[in-house]
Amino acid sequence: MNQNSHFFDLIIIGAGPAGLATAIYTSRASISTLVIDQSSAGGQIKTTHQVANYPGFVEPVSGYELARNMRKQAEKYGTKFKLASEITAMNLEEVEKWVEIDSTRYTCKHVVIATGSSPRLLNIPGELEFKGTGISYCATCDGEFFKDKDIIVVGGGNSAMEESLLLLQYVKSITVIHQFDVLQAEKITADKIMQHPKVSILWSHEPRKFEKIGEKMVTVAENLKTKELVTLERDGIFIFVGMLPNIDLFKNLPLQFSPQGYIITNERMETNLQGVYAVGDVRDKPYRQITTAVGDGTVASLEVIRKN
Amino acid sequence: MLRTNLEHVSTKEELQELIENNEKVAVCCGRMGPMCIPVYDIFEIFQDEYPDIQFRDMEFDIPDASVIRSLPECRSFNSLPFTIYYRNGKVVKATSSIQSAKQIKDIISEVFS
Repeated sequence: MNQNSHFFDLIIIGAGPAGLATAIYTSRASISTLVIDQSSAGGQIKTTHQVANYPGFVEPVSGYELARNMRKQAEKYGTKFKLASEITAMNLEEVEKWVEIDSTRYTCKHVVIATGSSPRLLNIPGELEFKGTGISYCATCDGEFFKDKDIIVVGGGNSAMEESLLLLQYVKSITVIHQFDVLQAEKITADKIMQHPKVSILWSHEPRKFEKIGEKMVTVAENLKTKELVTLERDGIFIFVGMLPNIDLFKNLPLQFSPQGYIITNERMETNLQGVYAVGDVRDKPYRQITTAVGDGTVASLEVIRKN
Repeated sequence: MLRTNLEHVSTKEELQELIENNEKVAVCCGRMGPMCIPVYDIFEIFQDEYPDIQFRDMEFDIPDASVIRSLPECRSFNSLPFTIYYRNGKVVKATSSIQSAKQIKDIISEVFS
């Protein structure tokens, strides 16, 4: 047993909208609540330029402001935060549950998992090595570094195509590498891309590795039908290949996951582990929005309040 | 204008004075974008955890940010933010693009311990 120990009624793992909504409700009901996050509070919304469809805001609100306000609201009702902190061990299977951070043990009766999802990496050689020096994940942030340059975009979904439209304002050309022979993006966006004179598309290909030669980025891609490898030399690479649930912390727990890795709950947000709930983007569900995350958090919090 | 709770560096002279008068300084130079905001937030949290380090931000697009943009350590950078760690007035580490809390913690251990 560790020397430093702290008890809470509820520990929420993840400080995005789902976790913060849970915390606002439970803290207001005098349930002692600790929110833990490996980064800062706000989840994906803190990096969303503007949110235009969150009820109650007539004009679009900056995601950064919305996230800050959610955190302040939770703090106002007494929520404690442990941010930029990595959980190093946990036990969620007993009635009394605990997590450890830097040798300090935090014990509780209920746990809400609200870890959200993150952009998927390709996990191929060179990807992490050249992040920031040739490989990017954000058109708005990095597009202008590639003014009048030739680039590659990996992906064919909505985010890839929308980011490509933005990049087209800067670059000389885009080669899209897509694993299927049709774009998955909405037709209106896909059509704009396919008809654009600066765009060419490499269908049914997947990157296998990235290298840097001088100032140029080299992509080796495989034709998924013929297995042939092609080599493309460009100035930069942007990767937009969807999202993955953040479940690494829980992989060794006997939780039920969907085939895509999302945590399965019932309509009360209960997982198959007693006293453990899952809310927000990490939960298996059809729609992932700020409003649905907040709704999940509300349901879980009311269950915790009822059972505490 | 960066809307963060960090102290801002606005001029070359301010930066020079900061790194001359403080042994350990970390400056995140960026915009209010999705790759930059998490780094500012982590700096904000770490201000309490590492009181011996001066954490600041600087707006990437102001003319005086050339003092960071033109550093040799940033020559190959093409992702925001540019994050620079100074010790005794000298650059000891520079990173490009978003970094996690763990990555920043590891850098702090590496260059400031």
